[in-house]
Amino acid sequence: MSARLDVGPPTAPANGPAPTTPGTARTRPRRHVDWGRLYTWLVLAWLFTPILFMAAFSFNDPAGKHNITWQGFTLRWYGDILAYPDLTQAMLNSVSIALLTMVGAGTLGTLLGLALGRFSFRGKQLTNLVMFSAISAPEVVLGAALLSTFLMANVTTGYWTTVIAHVMFCVSFVAITVRARVITLDPALEEAARDLGAGPFTTFRLITLPMLFPAIMAGGLLAFALSIDDYIITTFVSGDVTTFPLWVWGSTRVGIPPQVNVMGTLLFAVGVAMAVVNIVMVRRRS
Amino acid sequence: MVTTNSSTEEPAEATRRGEVAPAIGLEGVAKSYRSGSETVRAVDGIDLEIARGEFFSLLGPSGCGKTTTMRMIAGFEEPTEGVVRLSGRDVNGVPANHRDVNMVFQSYALFPHMNVAANVAFGLRRRRVPKKEIKRRVDEILDLVELGPRAEHRPSQLSGGQQQRVALARALVNEPGALLLDEPLGALDLKLRQSMQVELKRIQREVGITFVYVTHDQGEALTMSDRVAVMNGGLVEQLGTPAQIYERPATRFVADFIGTGNLLPGRVENTDGAGPYRVALGSGTTALVASLPEGAGTGTEVHLTVRPEKIRIGVEDPGGELTTIPGTVSETVYMGASTHYQVALPGGAEVIVHRQNSSDATLAATRGDRVWLSWEPHHSYALP
Repeated sequence: MSARLDVGPPTAPANGPAPTTPGTARTRPRRHVDWGRLYTWLVLAWLFTPILFMAAFSFNDPAGKHNITWQGFTLRWYGDILAYPDLTQAMLNSVSIALLTMVGAGTLGTLLGLALGRFSFRGKQLTNLVMFSAISAPEVVLGAALLSTFLMANVTTGYWTTVIAHVMFCVSFVAITVRARVITLDPALEEAARDLGAGPFTTFRLITLPMLFPAIMAGGLLAFALSIDDYIITTFVSGDVTTFPLWVWGSTRVGIPPQVNVMGTLLFAVGVAMAVVNIVMVRRRS
Repeated sequence: MVTTNSSTEEPAEATRRGEVAPAIGLEGVAKSYRSGSETVRAVDGIDLEIARGEFFSLLGPSGCGKTTTMRMIAGFEEPTEGVVRLSGRDVNGVPANHRDVNMVFQSYALFPHMNVAANVAFGLRRRRVPKKEIKRRVDEILDLVELGPRAEHRPSQLSGGQQQRVALARALVNEPGALLLDEPLGALDLKLRQSMQVELKRIQREVGITFVYVTHDQGEALTMSDRVAVMNGGLVEQLGTPAQIYERPATRFVADFIGTGNLLPGRVENTDGAGPYRVALGSGTTALVASLPEGAGTGTEVHLTVRPEKIRIGVEDPGGELTTIPGTVSETVYMGASTHYQVALPGGAEVIVHRQNSSDATLAATRGDRVWLSWEPHHSYALP
């Protein structure tokens, strides 16, 4: 159910059929295998097959409680999407946590990325190290560590501890995306703005921020995607709040209702739509 | 390193009349950077006065401190010593956005997310100029740089030369006290660069704004400037009009950096009177020079400099009140309008001679031929 956000149109390599030259007409045309094209389609198939199954089974009409074998086509679950109030609540939790994470990690990550890409300061290497260790540390360890942190600080785990935990593990992804963009920015752009009379804040608002916007957006969407389907860390820090992944896992023993597939499919559709909007906006900018 | 004392030869005209303060004044300006444990002095103490309406060039090789000097005027760097004045006002500590100068960047630094008109209007909007006036002034300046029809285009849709003119318009529209140009033609190809040189000069005449032009291209500096400061190693080596700099280089560096300089080592033979003075070039040849370095006496080691086009080349000794030296042609290069000869002197030194290919005088000298070089004494100088 992970919404893939970096899906662009399949870029087929530009190897058309080899042009036939008049002089070589006698040689038999050999069957040309376009390996590049084949490889591209294989990768796409690998990426999309699980998603296709998820989407297909949202239209399945299962006989019993288990939605794992194809029985017949129905649109019933789409009309009946809110049949389980617990599931609906879990989905609402997940979406709102993901949105908060997107905003929180987006803001902090942007500032972090700017600092790392632009300035040299004491502790820069340490910050880099911490950032990468946050990405590479096993989630289960992070989750356990976060839980003991909250317990020791006497914080009751729940909705907000989940948000804090999600921002914590997403911020590095945003920072790295933004930093990559900052490094490629011509520093003369900001100097030009200063030279033309803009103060530091105006320069940031009119020049730096618009130039970084595609990267911030990409980082934010990544944070959203990472947050909404996080299971491991969330189990440790969510207290009695249930998110969508937690609810699905909890229902595996009694059978996952098709509504889960419906929600997953809709989530995926929203993710694709956001990615498309981002791509279109980047294209229009350049 | 020798600093010249000719820097006060031509004080800026307006200043001499005592009317207004110079557009830009630098007093003992220096800039040091810390690089590791070392301190690098990028600019090592510069005094300059640039008059209103002047086209002034800072010329020098990369790393000579010319860009740092310009960035201190713009306000992107703070001098570690000395004072920067704009229209007489001490602007040390004043940030770039509060200085009445505008810059044209080497990379143009056009805002890619704004169209041409918005780029040009950026400075006026910051100063809260009324909308109607912004529109009028943007249209006017875009007409001046002949980009009126491109106002709605994005910078990425323009050619390099057009982008360059947008950068120019964006700075000029603010009518700054001085315009700073950092190698603005560096990214253009040769043809375009030459036509832009003419264009820049025309625009500067029309708007009458002080231009400070940073370049490593001596051709650019000589053709466009009213005055040039030749910089090297963080110091001004020579300050003067293009003709002064070219005809009378004050230091060996200037003689070598500007144009093709012949530098011949020699020894002063006499220091009597007002010259010309004799300089022995070795192997029995003697040259006459118009001036000697300050404090030079008989026997002082000097370098004689003479421009290639001042030297006459012939197959016979012309005699007379000239410097005449025999030599052997070691290379000839046909350049169309002229031919360049490389001539080996008896002492082993090589001299470059440029000779116009005028129809009435052909010279049949090729590799290995004996020739006579001659020049007027007032065309050569002895430098330290």
